[in-house]
Amino acid sequence: MLASLHSANNSQAPVAHFSSEQSCLSIDHFSLAYAGKVALRELTLSVPRHRVTAFIGPSGCGKSTLLRAINRLHDLNESVTHSGQVTLEGQDIHDPQMNVTELRRRVGMVFQTPNPFPMSIYENVAFGLRLQHRLPKRKRDDIIEWALTSAALWDEVKDRLHRSAWQLSGGQQQRLVIARTLAVQPDVLLLDEPASALDPISTLKIEELIRNLKSELTLVLVTHNMQQAARVSDYTAFLHHGELVEYGPTDQVFTNPRLQHTENYITGRVT
Amino acid sequence: MDITSDTHSKHISRQFNQELEELKTHLMAMGGLVEKQVQDAVFALLEGDTRLAEQVRDNDRQVNDLQLQIDDECTRVLARRQPAASDLRLVLAVIRATSDLERIGDEASKIARNAMLLGENGSAVRGLVEVRHISEHVRKMLRDALTAFARFDTDLAMQVVREDELVDDEYSSAMRSLMTFMMEDSRSITSVLSVMWVLRALERVGDHADNLAEYVVYLVKGLDIRHSDTDALEPKVLKKP
Repeated sequence: MLASLHSANNSQAPVAHFSSEQSCLSIDHFSLAYAGKVALRELTLSVPRHRVTAFIGPSGCGKSTLLRAINRLHDLNESVTHSGQVTLEGQDIHDPQMNVTELRRRVGMVFQTPNPFPMSIYENVAFGLRLQHRLPKRKRDDIIEWALTSAALWDEVKDRLHRSAWQLSGGQQQRLVIARTLAVQPDVLLLDEPASALDPISTLKIEELIRNLKSELTLVLVTHNMQQAARVSDYTAFLHHGELVEYGPTDQVFTNPRLQHTENYITGRVT
Repeated sequence: MDITSDTHSKHISRQFNQELEELKTHLMAMGGLVEKQVQDAVFALLEGDTRLAEQVRDNDRQVNDLQLQIDDECTRVLARRQPAASDLRLVLAVIRATSDLERIGDEASKIARNAMLLGENGSAVRGLVEVRHISEHVRKMLRDALTAFARFDTDLAMQVVREDELVDDEYSSAMRSLMTFMMEDSRSITSVLSVMWVLRALERVGDHADNLAEYVVYLVKGLDIRHSDTDALEPKVLKKP
């Protein structure tokens, strides 16, 4: 996919642009504040379909806030105000017509700490499916096998599907959570530091999974681990103080970033 | 985004600063040694100093050792630091540069071998004017390429790239004169052939200096200019076109 990289003539950031056919999520002049304190400032960027896009930046730069906003996780927090637009496949996610439950089915989310429900492995994956619609058991079993296989967990758990999910290791729990999200067939998967609590081998498994999943859906990854962003993402966006600093193909951001600020951050320099 | 020669000293990890600084220092030391090898080899040839020529041949081992040492340091930095952006480009540029410097060392060694052959021969040798001329030219290129590396100076690097084209022309014209010498006097063929090998070695030194200059542009600008047309590149690389 070719992103046209446009470096504007003044101080504007170098940002990759995608055509409306390539773009899955589109964020347009989006700002968000917690009790008047600005967390995201006039962000404009689009996330390409069937690609992995990484958001990097120091703590408090707004990357997780942005991820949560895409899933409308701030809805119940009354102190949060926002302006601007987020569109998913051309649909405004804040449109009153938009069903939040349906939005969250289409946009799955995985958090830093694995959060399996206190029930069996099988029931964890079946949970979303049961909420959605009644399915014959055979059909449901097929979907569960498919989801666990897609999450690269099937071979490890197929003989103990009815054991508690809490018996799994941290890495397996995280893949179970991903399987649970995949079962409802989302278009987008948001991953907020999905491997930061895992050991290196489990981390590599999650990263391999991310790579394999992009043929099925669009992935957005928030990570503190720069090498992880470099390893798995196709595009990287660097955020700082709630603003988008630089956004481009990962290959370029990690070999020859356009801005000194980005260079300093990814190479661990004092700014 | 261009970087400057102090870009690599601003990491939060001072140890990392030091490692990158050492890479540059060691590369410059290797460059200095190689420069001296070329200078001595040519001097030995022009002055018929076979002892100096022998010394050049012996010193080639030091050049090789430095290449191994610096490559080893680069491997360690890659494995332990996983450098990105300009840090990565520095390590890659240094690895490439050591390989070219080592090859220049080999060319100096070849020149020294021919200096020993010609020294043993004893008779008047044709073509030394050409050797003197081209050697001065390529030695300046090498010096400039190393200076450009030390100062991250892309303008100077581009000048070296330009000079290489001139050296190639001078080399062709020198070869034509030497052919004429051989045709005029068949007894001179052995010694003229030696001189031709020397010229060939010098021309290769120029090519390697050209490569070094290209790595400087890669390091500073992130632009890989190998196998590119110089005219088209200059506007992108030069500070003052």
